[in-house]
Amino acid sequence: MTDEYRNEKIETKATDSSSGSYTPPAETIPAKEAPDQELYHAKSFWTKWVFCQDAKVIGIQYALTATAIGFIGLILSWGMRLQLGFPETFSFLGPATYYQSVTMHGMIMVIYLLTALFLGGFGNYLIPLMVGARDMVFPYVNMVSFWMFLIAVLVLIASFFVPGGPTGAGWTLYPPQAILPGTPGSEMGIVLMLVSLSLFVIGFTMGGLNYVITILQARTRGMTLMRMPLTIWGIFTATVLALLAFPALFVACIMMTLDNLLGTSFFMPEIFTMGEKLEYGGGSPILFQHLFWFFGHPEVYIVALPAFGIVSDLISVHARKNVFGYRMMVWAIVIIGALSFIVWAHHMYVSGMNPWFGFFFATTTLIIAVPTAIKVYNWVLTLWRGNIHLTIPMLFSLGFIVTFVNGGITGLFLGNVIIDVPLSDTYFVVAHFHMVMGIAPLMVVFGAIYHWYPLITGRHLNQTLGKIHFWVTFVGAYAIYFPMHYLGFIGVPRRYFEMYDSPYMTSGVGLNQFITVAALIVGFTQFLFLYNIFTSWYKGEKSERNPWKANSLEWHTPDYPPTHGNFGKELPVVYRWPYDFSVPGSDKEYIPQHVAPSEVPTAKAEQT
Amino acid sequence: MSKKELNIFKLLSQKPWEASQSAIDNQHDGKTLDLSKAKLGVRTIMVVSTVIFSLFVVSYSDRMLVHDWRSLSEPWLLWINTAILIFTSFVFHKAKIYSDKNEFEKTKNAILLVGFLSFAFITGQLLVWQYYVNLGQYASTNPANAFFYLFTALHGLHLLGGLFFWGRATTKLFTKNYSISKIKQAIELCAIYWHFLLIVWFVLFGLMIAT
Repeated sequence: MTDEYRNEKIETKATDSSSGSYTPPAETIPAKEAPDQELYHAKSFWTKWVFCQDAKVIGIQYALTATAIGFIGLILSWGMRLQLGFPETFSFLGPATYYQSVTMHGMIMVIYLLTALFLGGFGNYLIPLMVGARDMVFPYVNMVSFWMFLIAVLVLIASFFVPGGPTGAGWTLYPPQAILPGTPGSEMGIVLMLVSLSLFVIGFTMGGLNYVITILQARTRGMTLMRMPLTIWGIFTATVLALLAFPALFVACIMMTLDNLLGTSFFMPEIFTMGEKLEYGGGSPILFQHLFWFFGHPEVYIVALPAFGIVSDLISVHARKNVFGYRMMVWAIVIIGALSFIVWAHHMYVSGMNPWFGFFFATTTLIIAVPTAIKVYNWVLTLWRGNIHLTIPMLFSLGFIVTFVNGGITGLFLGNVIIDVPLSDTYFVVAHFHMVMGIAPLMVVFGAIYHWYPLITGRHLNQTLGKIHFWVTFVGAYAIYFPMHYLGFIGVPRRYFEMYDSPYMTSGVGLNQFITVAALIVGFTQFLFLYNIFTSWYKGEKSERNPWKANSLEWHTPDYPPTHGNFGKELPVVYRWPYDFSVPGSDKEYIPQHVAPSEVPTAKAEQT
Repeated sequence: MSKKELNIFKLLSQKPWEASQSAIDNQHDGKTLDLSKAKLGVRTIMVVSTVIFSLFVVSYSDRMLVHDWRSLSEPWLLWINTAILIFTSFVFHKAKIYSDKNEFEKTKNAILLVGFLSFAFITGQLLVWQYYVNLGQYASTNPANAFFYLFTALHGLHLLGGLFFWGRATTKLFTKNYSISKIKQAIELCAIYWHFLLIVWFVLFGLMIAT
């Protein structure tokens, strides 16, 4: 960037703002200050599809890997549900297998599926297309990021095959029990888990660097930050959170690995086992909990914020209406992101802390409900008097709103120390977090896949299978998690392998069986979805260009589906936000972002 | 161009739908900050590293309060290593000044000296490890030792990562295929990173001798 350029820029700005009308000579587009990004042009099959530097292919690689490991997580959840619903029935389920299933299910779903899918998958595919860039700013680093992720996944899978099996310490991996004999997988499983997480963090940091800098610095001309689709705002803020929060997980992983392998005592207190004193002493398990949750709570929003952003876009496009309160939506995303760093100890109310500490974290937790509620109101108000098309993405978006409100409200209860203490470590908590960060973001993932699948493949997913998928998943999720809240109320603790003949469990036995059956059905439907994805790839109904009549740039590439380099010869120039649907005064039903004001002279500016 | 966007409150209170704002926005060239991508990349890395080291420092301060903490006595070798690191940063600063003045012959000498000094520093750190191991001070002996090994290892790994990019900058400097601006940028960014690692070392070393 040179000084001459900057001077020129200021002059044009001065003349333009003085004119003040909506069709000013504003179409004098700013001079391109930098030459186009030099792209790496792949020549062989290997560099095109395997060691690929194109963000779109990397996004698909991320998504496929995350989906593959996600299905393993799904099958693990069947294992634990079978044990809980029908204890002492299945010979292949022992306490160790049960705990390993719980642990791996949790870790896989939160980190290797949702984080990787939202940021690695959707982030890579959508960021360059939506901001009008040819590719990520550091394509090579981006490629390495995916391969680090793949290695992390492979290390994780390898832990299933080492002596002792994978770790069964619970997804929070609390020391000291995580690395002590007696916990399943305390031999090699826990080490591989910690190594895998560290690799994931390193790989993610490389990807995150790309997402942030591409969004900040490589947007096309006219694409101001406040003209970006909310999807990008969500992914951007989540990536910033991840860059700041994942180091905490990394630090915790490294120190626990050293405790395990070198016998240091970062987290290990004095321990007597089998009548003998171990070498450990003086370490603080609470310190691990603080580090873990300093990562763990932002992690909730790392998953939720991209979902918030994507669902805003889905609702707007499929209700043919601009997002209600775009600015408030951006504000809310940023505020939620900032607040998410000062609420972590609400996961630790029963760990023992100064009462004032609990008071502080309860307060911040309740404050974070305010911007979140603003977002929910805005989604509802976007739907209000909209032209709602009940397409599958819209169905999933509606499912998301209901589920998110549901899980959010139980969160308000759990955020209060007094209510949390009796409910802590019961199934109420399990039901809460599955609703709010399991089902709700997954609804968005599904909606987004049905929405963007035509862009990626040029074909629609099968609509009938899609409707079945939605209804079974939506109704089934409630069949699973509503009864689970009740189980929590009657005091059934989570993480227990079996309740045996506990007196208060009598009313819970039937419920547990019901939940298990529902979980099996919902799980099976996901395989139907997978089948749909693979068969529609070559026999799905051909989609015309921009089938949902959306405004954002990814639908307006010269080639459809977009090809290497995204935008052909000339990058598009942006003149408006992506929500110009049914603009008053315009004869067009929607105005894409790159349509210049002179092409739609009668359109009036919309307030937001 | 983007002074206005540096203030997040101003940015987020823009009214993009108003004609006047729209006219301004249409002139926007798509960049938020007046920085090159590489520079922003280095800064992001430094922020992430700072978070990592800060969390270690927090853990350190928490752990040292426990009664089993026995501080290590620092060998004089550690002071020499510190001096080497300071001198490295100084030479790198010189290299950057030379390259800014287009005196590339001097830059080449300086940049090679930087590489030599950096490897000398890492060797020095390994000697310190050897010194402690010979004394029977292993990582598991005491939490202070554990943190010492952890800090030095992480700092060393950061330096090795930097040396990877130093290698690339050196290649650019010694081959003729690269534009001068690219060489200058590579040297400048490496220099910033070296200064950053020096500051990190001051903090870690300071913490260790102060406690």
